[in-house]
Amino acid sequence: MGDVLFLSIKNVNKSFTNNGNSELVLSNIQLDVKEGKFVSILGPSGCGKSTLLSIVAGLASATEGSIELNGKAIKGPGKERGMVFQQAALFPWLTVEENVMFPLLPDMSKKEAQQKALQYLKMVQLSAYTKHSPHEISGGMQQRVAIARALAMDPALLLMDEPFGALDEQTRSRLHEIVENIFLETKKTILFVTHSIAEALKLSDRIVVMGTQPGTILDVIELDFPRPRSQSKEELISYEEKIQALLKSEIDKVTEKEQNHAASR
Amino acid sequence: MQPAVKRIIFYVLLFAVWQGAVYVFQVSPSLLPAPTDVFASLYEGFSNRTLLYDLLASFQRLFIGLAIALILGLLLGVFLAKSKTADETLGSLILALQSVPSIVWLPLAIMWFGLNEMAVIFIVVLGATIVMTINVRTGIINVPPLYIKAARTMNYRGFRLFTKVTIPASVPYAVTGIRLAWAFAWRALMAGELLSTGPGLGYSLRFASDFGDMSRVIAIMLIIMLIGILVDLMFFQRVEKKVLKKWGLATD
Repeated sequence: MGDVLFLSIKNVNKSFTNNGNSELVLSNIQLDVKEGKFVSILGPSGCGKSTLLSIVAGLASATEGSIELNGKAIKGPGKERGMVFQQAALFPWLTVEENVMFPLLPDMSKKEAQQKALQYLKMVQLSAYTKHSPHEISGGMQQRVAIARALAMDPALLLMDEPFGALDEQTRSRLHEIVENIFLETKKTILFVTHSIAEALKLSDRIVVMGTQPGTILDVIELDFPRPRSQSKEELISYEEKIQALLKSEIDKVTEKEQNHAASR
Repeated sequence: MQPAVKRIIFYVLLFAVWQGAVYVFQVSPSLLPAPTDVFASLYEGFSNRTLLYDLLASFQRLFIGLAIALILGLLLGVFLAKSKTADETLGSLILALQSVPSIVWLPLAIMWFGLNEMAVIFIVVLGATIVMTINVRTGIINVPPLYIKAARTMNYRGFRLFTKVTIPASVPYAVTGIRLAWAFAWRALMAGELLSTGPGLGYSLRFASDFGDMSRVIAIMLIIMLIGILVDLMFFQRVEKKVLKKWGLATD
């Protein structure tokens, strides 16, 4: 199983048109992801990593190129791909439980959906909060509900778009544990967008480092360390330095461009 | 000091000054009756039930008009939010009509429906529909795009996406729309009754005025004001607050 080619991103370009000017956001993205892997997409803001994830989710379309999941081209959203956004995006008019039942209800009875929802809420350790409203629980808990909701569809691929970016440090590290446990337990393939090097190093089997203007893949780093990882491990530190060096030149590039732009005015 | 205490003192003073001024300056009751006369007239109106029947008649018209307006407003609001062409054409007309107080339609309404209930209900419907339409439209247009995106990743689209996400997500605006529709309807109803026919509070007010009974005029004004405040404060503002809190839109 582990080595089957699962998600295949081929020659993807994406450009946005802005005031008549076409701007290339993603350039020639090539990426193959194997089933059951935790892959992070790491890069500075503006590198198009979230756009890439939206295209995989089917919420946006590529200008050129194609994406295949299990050999089938992606055209629009589908239940085999669950998505967790930076904000929990829970529906405030539903309870926690009803939010998790939301993707299930079109296809099964209310009772079945309720049982399934409880099962996934247990997985994120929130089974005691089924009847609460989203506004009654903390941001970290809301994000856990969002994870349970995405998992409830039993997707083959879980897409996470900077899911913990808006959370404080303690909450974030607790959620790392939960996500890692879910990953080990369910063996789902996870595509995880982040701008935090530490987060990527802690969780990923592979890190795809992206550069900006236009968004390109700079390097793909394989991490073959046992889990759970402590962040102070020496091997990880060497990787961290490597990634930092890669990204530094990117940030320099952006700064230089801004300065040139300012000078040309 | 508690705001409630301040308010009580304020109103007691207001009535005292009013009473005192009428007494000291010997104001004619046909110009400004004393508060005691107004309260006596209120008491009389309720004990012989004339004011009660007026209230019932007015409320009946109000609820018929408001119900029609809310349904029409909901449908029109959805239509404007969903059709860009309708929004650019019909939408501009509705915005323009908003600046016309609905009572100015009364002469036409009387020609169309006759001097009867229908003409007044028409004025009420017109006043309330427009504000409901505008709020429903705004609510639907302002549904957070993230909700739609999230629902789409869960395979919701088309009509189901609309009924399960767009509609519930725009409830806070709809509630505001209902509250404003009620306020507009209440004002339109009073104006309509005042200028057309009864029974009803507005009609009785004019009737009292024709006989120079200013105590009764002010008594009815007080009832109109009290009902406006009670419904708005006790009902709508509470519901609105609850909904805004639940929908995560409260600012406190």
